Amino acid sequence: MYFIEKKVRLPAMKKILISLCFLVLTVSSSAWALNVALVLDKGGKDDKSFNSAAFAGVEKAKKELGITYKYVETMDDTAVEATMRSFAAKKYDLIIGVGFSMAEAVKKVSKQYPNISFALVDAEVDHPNVRSLLFEEHQGSYLVGAVAAMKSKTGKIGFLGGMDVPLIRRFAMGFEAGVKKINPKAEILENYIGVTGEAWNNPAKAKELSLAMFSKNVDVIFAAAGASNYGLFDAAEEKRKYAIGVDSNQNWIKPGTILTSMLKRVDVAVFDAAKDLKEGKFKGGTVRFGLANQGIDYAMDEHNKSLITKEIKTKVEQLKKDILSGKIVVPDYYKRNE
Amino acid sequence: MIALAFFISIIRMATPLVFASLGGMFSERSGVINIALEGIMLFGAFTAAFVSLSMGKELGFVAGGLGGMSLALIYGLIVIHGRANQIVAGTAINLLAMGLIPLFLKSLYDSTGGTPSLSMDQRFSNLPILFMIIALAGAWFVMKKTSFGLNVSVAGENPEALDAAGISVILVRYQSLAVCGLLAGFGGASLSLFLASGYTRNMVAGRGFMALAALIFGKWKPVPTFLACILFGAFEAVQIRLQGAEGIPPEFLQILPYLATVLVLAGFVGKAVAPKVIGIPWKR
Repeated sequence: MYFIEKKVRLPAMKKILISLCFLVLTVSSSAWALNVALVLDKGGKDDKSFNSAAFAGVEKAKKELGITYKYVETMDDTAVEATMRSFAAKKYDLIIGVGFSMAEAVKKVSKQYPNISFALVDAEVDHPNVRSLLFEEHQGSYLVGAVAAMKSKTGKIGFLGGMDVPLIRRFAMGFEAGVKKINPKAEILENYIGVTGEAWNNPAKAKELSLAMFSKNVDVIFAAAGASNYGLFDAAEEKRKYAIGVDSNQNWIKPGTILTSMLKRVDVAVFDAAKDLKEGKFKGGTVRFGLANQGIDYAMDEHNKSLITKEIKTKVEQLKKDILSGKIVVPDYYKRNE
Repeated sequence: MIALAFFISIIRMATPLVFASLGGMFSERSGVINIALEGIMLFGAFTAAFVSLSMGKELGFVAGGLGGMSLALIYGLIVIHGRANQIVAGTAINLLAMGLIPLFLKSLYDSTGGTPSLSMDQRFSNLPILFMIIALAGAWFVMKKTSFGLNVSVAGENPEALDAAGISVILVRYQSLAVCGLLAGFGGASLSLFLASGYTRNMVAGRGFMALAALIFGKWKPVPTFLACILFGAFEAVQIRLQGAEGIPPEFLQILPYLATVLVLAGFVGKAVAPKVIGIPWKR
């Protein structure tokens, strides 16, 4: 009996030793790990679109670079600054603001804490410790516009924007140019859900707007509306029409309904910022993501393979090449007055 | 064809409003101000989506009502038993709903944003419109033809008389809040199971307050309140149809429902007289 007991106890001792070693290891590794704070916009981490992409970026950094992160979801725009300031006071290494509405807060807090690195998605702040991550949304929107025009039978195509702001108008302008490139006679309906941040979280209204467009014979709609995109997907599924997703690859949400998604690789931009900081290469300034560096693209996968024919794909690839070579200049809402 | 689609769109947009404002009517006619409608709807929307995912849409709809009812009864506990200020307590309930739901979502689905989205057979296509009409007829019948309806309005006009007749004012107010929570919860359920597919963050988006405005617009009476909801639904539907039309800025269209409410409250469209003892806790 005694013998057996001893035998049982030995591995137990070993376990404790191992776990002790492990504890020491984890403590020491976390001392070296990068601490990243991610401040998400109103759509929240599970909008399966813009914010989800940013979240995927830090998740990847956690797996591949061993960083640790904390995220918060904005409930109230006025709280963003205080949140960032508290992360800075806790000496986080990198604070990432996701969305144009964070610009003001990043501007103030980054000035106050010049030793902490910041990254800002979709807006520019000109401080040496801030990396502004900008995307050429109009280029990707142009490509999915072309896809929409080639898929449309009625020649009527819809655009559904979330909040009516210049950023979303930029999507709309590029999209319309892409549609007109394929079908100059196409009619385009442009709708916006609202003028406040609530617009990113109102799928009921998005659905109603989509149904209204479908009842006017529109048969393809591109939505850039965060978590409200679901409203369009539901409407398109019920009416057997086509939808185009945005930011993340949304093709999987309703295969057969979603033609493609305009990819905005916020995940790559966020991951790169963390990676550069870890490797000591982090610099402030503006980094642009576009077709050239695959920061912007359109999504092709097993969920939309049957919807996108070979001809369509060849044509879109050709357009992509023409944009890259400068043969096609996609109109940019930000530069509309030049 | 387009006219019919437009008409159906009005009814659809009005459905959650009608449920919530009829619910608010029971609460307010019994003397309890209810600005917690927004939170109650939100909670109803969440419970409906949660139950619908595992047990089907019919049970989901019922669960939405029960979820709303439970939150309304918590509100009742605070303002009827605790005799708290009803505006403050109502605001607290709204905040409670906004905080509790992400907590539940996180533990259920490891997501703070919303429930997984519902498939076509887990959500309704048109049935909630019928439920809404039944609720309207029922609310009208109860308020006009039953002794319970009479008790509710006496509790809000002259609670002493009710008490003198040997009927508990407290019980009547609890019952009214239960009915209110049930109906507002159905309103939330019709959002998550009918207008959208599943619960998403703060999806009520001000409809609870709009329902309250409709209730005042409708002078706390069932049929006028219903018509006010239809009018607000029409504003929203018109705004949706007119978007993109040249000449009318969408920002102007989006303020129409609020503009109408302000005009009513300012007394331009008849006088809105609230129940006499609304907001005053009952103390014998």
